Amino acid sequence: MSTSSQDNASAYWAENLRIIMTYLSIWFVVSFVGGILFVDQLNAIPFFGFPLGFWIDQQGAIFIYVALIWMYAYSMNKLDEKYDVHE
Amino acid sequence: MSLDLLTYLFIGGSFALYIGIAIWARAGSTKEFYVAGGGVPPIANGMATAADWMSAASFISLAGLVSFIGRDGAAYLMGWTGGYVLLAMLLAPYLRKFGKFTVPDFVGDRYYSTFARIVAVVCTIVISFTYVAGQMRGVGIVFSRYLHVDINTGVIVGMAIVFFYAVLGGMKGITYTQVAQYCVLILAFMVPAIFMSMQITGHFLPQLGLGATLDSGMSVLATLDKLSVDLGFAEYTAGKKSTIDIFCLTAALMAGTAGLPHVIVRFFTVPRVKDARTSAGWALIFIAILYTTVPGVAGFGRVNLIQTINGTDEANVGTEYAKMPGWFKNWENAGLLGWHDYNGDGKVQYSAGAAFAGGKPAFDGDARGAYGERAVTNALTNPAPAAGAPFANEVYVDRDIMVLANPEIAQLPNWVIALVAAGAVAAALSTAAGLLLVISTAIAHDLMKTCINPDITEKQELMYARIAAIVAICIAGYFGINPPGFVAQVVALAFGLASSSVFPVIVMGIFNSRMNKEGAIAGMIVGLGSTMAYMIYFTFMGGSKDDLFLGISTGGFGFVGMILNFIVAYVVSMMTPPPPAEIQEIVENIRVPRGAGVAHAH
Repeated sequence: MSTSSQDNASAYWAENLRIIMTYLSIWFVVSFVGGILFVDQLNAIPFFGFPLGFWIDQQGAIFIYVALIWMYAYSMNKLDEKYDVHE
Repeated sequence: MSLDLLTYLFIGGSFALYIGIAIWARAGSTKEFYVAGGGVPPIANGMATAADWMSAASFISLAGLVSFIGRDGAAYLMGWTGGYVLLAMLLAPYLRKFGKFTVPDFVGDRYYSTFARIVAVVCTIVISFTYVAGQMRGVGIVFSRYLHVDINTGVIVGMAIVFFYAVLGGMKGITYTQVAQYCVLILAFMVPAIFMSMQITGHFLPQLGLGATLDSGMSVLATLDKLSVDLGFAEYTAGKKSTIDIFCLTAALMAGTAGLPHVIVRFFTVPRVKDARTSAGWALIFIAILYTTVPGVAGFGRVNLIQTINGTDEANVGTEYAKMPGWFKNWENAGLLGWHDYNGDGKVQYSAGAAFAGGKPAFDGDARGAYGERAVTNALTNPAPAAGAPFANEVYVDRDIMVLANPEIAQLPNWVIALVAAGAVAAALSTAAGLLLVISTAIAHDLMKTCINPDITEKQELMYARIAAIVAICIAGYFGINPPGFVAQVVALAFGLASSSVFPVIVMGIFNSRMNKEGAIAGMIVGLGSTMAYMIYFTFMGGSKDDLFLGISTGGFGFVGMILNFIVAYVVSMMTPPPPAEIQEIVENIRVPRGAGVAHAH
């Protein structure tokens, strides 16, 4: 492997890690901070007939997971093309 | 048409469909048998993954569980869906690029160690068997309740069907059958949910219906909170378990989901790395349709159950047994409901507290009591009402009947009830087939071909795979007919194993190119060993609840095991030499999507 393609590969990997970290932080905050650690505080807020904490717990988190995976797939496809490593 | 006839039509019709697909998609090569030739389109693969993932537990038990434990049920709702985020971002694309057939393939090659491979094979087999036993049982329950056959006959019919398309079709047959099964099961789950949401709230979507305001001016959830508190239960929207316990349980279920071999293997079947990512996205959409409906079904079912048994008129508490609707007696006959008239008023009353000594009713054969109810041998003597309850509880309701009984409780038409029966069978069979395939692959490919005799031909390997599938079906059937009394604990063990061993070892293999064989093996041993020891001590050896580590229940300990695995593996790998250059090259290679090609053999 030539040096430039190796540089290219490590730059690609670094950006890949940044994308994963961004989305996983959202994943963590929604599930664990919103859905578990502060659920009682959030329950004081009404949200379309639900206590907010309960809604995040039982429905909201799942919708956000779906959105996160699709946003990740979109970001990665763009990244693959930027570094010309797509198939 | 009668319910029996409709049920036979729906279940029989769906079986004919599955068999037809199996004949159309027969597998000719090991590649087709293991990974469906690696050419399944992402949407179809997403649907198949969803059917594979949503087992009898998701279809039959989950809504019942949430219904009875309220907000704490969120650990399962989030755990079993949030794991897909980990899977999509940390595992699926890289494993697809790696391009072999199985999880042990990756572990064995990446850590250049037969020992690591064998540990992975054993984990795969144990996890898959614990899971499959529950599926066969699910099929048996549906058959015995709706088709009035013996549970054992039901299990055998289920075995025969799975045998036909898993052994014949391999992954290719299973994948396309699962697409059909997904359609059946999601229809069967959504139709009664939509009916119930319309009846109770006037909202078409159960997701919105749960937040609706009823005619009484109270929201559904406020009504549930009030009904629960009035009967001595905890508030429905309040948590009962400690925060740290819920935290660990959710995390262990997420990592466990991402580490389950039968889920991971689905991402070997798509053509490109890109497709592995979108395939996870499709899978989670299809799963989310059911999972976001579950809280609605759980809530509506709970309101219906309480109001049907205790009546809506507060002065008149309880319904006369003679006037109880047919479903109550049907499920009593199936052994999943029990009633004993403690106050001698001939009425059925439901409240907090156990109705029978030891919890479940022990039926006295076919003997009947004064009102025609099934007699029990473990009735309590003069039970006092539970704290906060207005009267003593007289009813045992098995959690598992919520989804199956809901259409009857809500008085929906017979075809809906028949559809639900077909859906439950589809959910159980699709998962069982996926698991059996993983077991047969682990034995034929990872054990026979890779570890014992690399010289066997493809034809022989395929034959071993089919024999292993047959043996696995028979063992699964045996556990379905003679279920061990600890199925729930064993399933917790499966998630514990996956989260404390499979998940961390794969993540480190991809994200830490310095991770070597010594580190990975030490990590797996510590993760697995601590998790198993904890579960066995507190489940089977009478460990007292006061001794739990930080109050973390056995189900959540897989998370602690996973952390231990990561720490030990890192420390040991830093003290031992780095992996050989060719291994580091494998890692560099799987990090870049281009050049995945089709899944290949060695």
